[in-house]
Amino acid sequence: MAELSSSLLYAAFIIYFIATAVFAVALTVKKSDEATTMNKWGRWGYILSIIGFISQLGYFITRWIASGHAPVSNLFEFTTFFGMMMVLGFIVIYAIYRLNVLGVFAMPVALLVIAYASMFPREIEPLIPALQSNWLKIHVTTAALGEGILAISFVAGLIYLIATINQSKGSKKTGWLEFVLYTLLSTLGFILVSLYFGLTDYQATFNWINENETEAELVYELPAIAGPHEGELLTEDKFGPLFEAPSWMEGIDAPKKLNTFIWSLLSGGMLYGLLRLLLRKRLGAALQPLLKNINTELVDEISYRSVAIGFPVFTLGALVFAMIWAQEAWTRFWGWDPKEVWALITFLFYAAYLHLRLTRDWHGERSAWLCVLGFVIIMFNLIAVNLVIAGLHSYA
Amino acid sequence: MDKIKCECGHLNPYGTILCESCGKPIQEEADHQLLNMRYEGTARRSQTYNTNFVDKTWNFFSSVKVGVWLIVITLIASAIGTIFPQQMYIPQNVNPAAHYENEYGVLGEIYYLLGFHNLYSSWWFVLLLGLIGVSITVASIDRGIPLYRSLKNQRVTKHENFLKRQRMFGTTKRPEDEEQFIEEAIFRLKEKRYKVRREGNNILAEKGRFSRWGPYVNHVGLIIFLLGAMLRIVPGMYIDEDMWVREGETKAVKGTDREYYLKHEQFVLETYDPKEERYSDALNRVGGTVVKNYQSDVVLYKADKKLPGAKPELTEVKEYPIQVNRPLQFDGFSVYQVDYRQEMSEMSFQLQNKETEDAIGEFTVDLQNPKNEYDLGDGNKVILRNYYPDFYFDKERNQPATRTNVPNNPAFIFNMITPETPDGEIAFIGIRQNLDPSGENQYKIAFNGVDTEFITGLTVNRDYTLPIIFVGGIIFMIGVVQGLYWNHRRIWLKLNEEEVWVAAHTNKNWHGIKREVDDVTSKLQLNPAIDQQEKKKER
Ligand code: HEM
Repeated sequence: MAELSSSLLYAAFIIYFIATAVFAVALTVKKSDEATTMNKWGRWGYILSIIGFISQLGYFITRWIASGHAPVSNLFEFTTFFGMMMVLGFIVIYAIYRLNVLGVFAMPVALLVIAYASMFPREIEPLIPALQSNWLKIHVTTAALGEGILAISFVAGLIYLIATINQSKGSKKTGWLEFVLYTLLSTLGFILVSLYFGLTDYQATFNWINENETEAELVYELPAIAGPHEGELLTEDKFGPLFEAPSWMEGIDAPKKLNTFIWSLLSGGMLYGLLRLLLRKRLGAALQPLLKNINTELVDEISYRSVAIGFPVFTLGALVFAMIWAQEAWTRFWGWDPKEVWALITFLFYAAYLHLRLTRDWHGERSAWLCVLGFVIIMFNLIAVNLVIAGLHSYA
Repeated sequence: MDKIKCECGHLNPYGTILCESCGKPIQEEADHQLLNMRYEGTARRSQTYNTNFVDKTWNFFSSVKVGVWLIVITLIASAIGTIFPQQMYIPQNVNPAAHYENEYGVLGEIYYLLGFHNLYSSWWFVLLLGLIGVSITVASIDRGIPLYRSLKNQRVTKHENFLKRQRMFGTTKRPEDEEQFIEEAIFRLKEKRYKVRREGNNILAEKGRFSRWGPYVNHVGLIIFLLGAMLRIVPGMYIDEDMWVREGETKAVKGTDREYYLKHEQFVLETYDPKEERYSDALNRVGGTVVKNYQSDVVLYKADKKLPGAKPELTEVKEYPIQVNRPLQFDGFSVYQVDYRQEMSEMSFQLQNKETEDAIGEFTVDLQNPKNEYDLGDGNKVILRNYYPDFYFDKERNQPATRTNVPNNPAFIFNMITPETPDGEIAFIGIRQNLDPSGENQYKIAFNGVDTEFITGLTVNRDYTLPIIFVGGIIFMIGVVQGLYWNHRRIWLKLNEEEVWVAAHTNKNWHGIKREVDDVTSKLQLNPAIDQQEKKKER
């Protein structure tokens, strides 16, 4: 069952990939009118997305059966599920607006998220007592669905920015846009680097004093750029470290995480540099012509609409259900745990967005930047809070 | 201030921009501009008066700009609170000032000095939440009431100037058969599930008006939620107590004023079997045991009317296994499994002849309630002279001492009395220590075994604010869904001497109403209504 489950996930991944390509073709269809809304290619892209989604749903169900509990209980499972909910969000929004360009950007972002997820340990884990609750499933799945729909607003916002920002000369705006694209590339870089060193079975072991002040071994799966503080390399003939992680970094295996982070930034930088060399212009400028036919007003509305649909779902899942569960598991519905606080921050951020948009006419570009920022907050809560700020929720 | 009489006859409050009834612009702007339809051009207090202090305060809180700033400041403050752990999440037995400095250096020190280690209960954070509450209330009253008036008073026949200056507007030559046209128009609009009203040659089709109340409903929910949360400071509304109960012990449940008692029968601790196949990979990677379940089997008792000083009479209420996620609930209280500890409960010893190591007798010391004397028969007995549950050697005073009353490191001074040594011999016994202070003892005490027991950590909680908070949350959710999943759409049709006019307005999601209007106009063979805002942009 567990094997079937991973095959289904793998299949979903490939199907999403093909769907992206099909959507991209749909965008290049000559007749300008047809290119933006549903055409033959677009319909196929959509159908493929749904098939991929069903396959991933199969992964989810089979893994549930195999593990005996809803597979949303560690970082791999949750992040995969988040990617799946992004696809669902896309399926819903596409059904309303039928805009192919949305698929060209939404599916790759979902792919990145799922690939990123599979870099975490993938074994089926037993549930600790605190997680043995029906409210866990309800809370986590609803929150992820809300975040998935909100992510579509990021995708639409990004499309809007690429399509409309003046690329004739460099500016602060083009700079920030490049930065957003670079961040996406860093995720890709991280995945590629991890895959490469994973396939070659790279391992370097250090001896160090860990966060509990005890001597321990730390195994790096990537060459150590940043080694543990006062660590000693035990494996022979291995690279590095170039420098040591500062001693104040807290949390489980902090130096290793720092090292991974540096690898992501570097590999992202290399990918970015390579693309710049090939294209000989800013990535935003290179992408813009592909989007010349799209109806930016519509894209703007989609970005807002995804927030309008996602916000209540997110609130229900990440705050209301979370509070009910916390009341049951931790004796209080609210405890200012970092993860809780970041859910609140996300909530407040989108509330501010809605007010600015609905009562102060923040449309178009400003609204799009906010959607991008909102996604940054969501990803921060998903990744950084789990990996860096240790709290009750930290899975890893 | 005087009311304003519109040419249609309707009396509008002072400050009105568009007549509540016919929509005629009262405060004339440039004729060709689109109307600002926000809040239907009603007279809002904040837009009308701005002279005295009350007005100014009102206008301040009514402003969405101020509201958004408050939200953003709260958001940033909340984020700052997660940079380092709050005080409640650091170890409780350390000095916080030193802890923040040692763990996080200068930044930690500053963090502590600024009071950020208790950020969420600081006066200014609570004040921020309060200001948001005030702002929500004022802003909602300022807009909600006039909006309600206006939507209730709106009539079907609108002023021409109102229609022409809607964002979506189109004109077509008048059809031949007026009556048939209007009938068909009504049919088409109803097909799209509009509520249609007719006044002569005018039609108003409307749907989703209730969604306009969404923001007000959700804000009411938020206010109830905030008020509920604040009620916690009222004494008696909120009880939250920790208690530790050892196995076999019966204790009054804290916070119940000795009305309820709990007996901790037995503690159960289960771990996952590393051989369980599906989890074996993960368990091997973690390399330790993973707890599957911990639970306290308890019996809940109710005490009868208590006489001061008398032992209460206990009647059993129920037996219950308290697990994480499954609190015991009774009479508004919930008792949660939150923690556990394992402690030594009993130690047994043997009195021996020092040379031959022959056993003379055995005895067991209950570490919670040690006896003074253990009679071993035949004139042998052991007297417990001193007991140090948590032993350490106090160097200053040069004598043994105990840190706490918890038997973490028990040590004893015994006096051994036998027929041969009627005056007694002193022995000092501790973990891995067996001292003979005089050096001339004939007898000794040997360690024979130890028993441990579980102590369960429970939290008793009663929170009367929960229902209020819950109701607030539900109302909030209803309001948000109502406002964000529906929208308020109106289409006006007017037949005048020469033309048919179509105008449309929605409070959001223009894409949707455009599709509907396009569909209706094409079926009625009218010219499409034009988005005048887009047209303006193109120019
Ligand atoms: C965290 C606190 C808040 C939340 C979660 C919240 C939520 C919302 C939401 C979701 C909407 C859009 C509803 C819709 O269009 O259906 C809205 C609208 C609105 N909110 Fe808030 N709000 C908050 C605080 C405030 C504050 C502090 C103000 C004070 C200025 C305010 C004033 C308004 C106004 C004027 C509207 C528009 C009403 C309308 O379009 O008729 N809100 N609020």
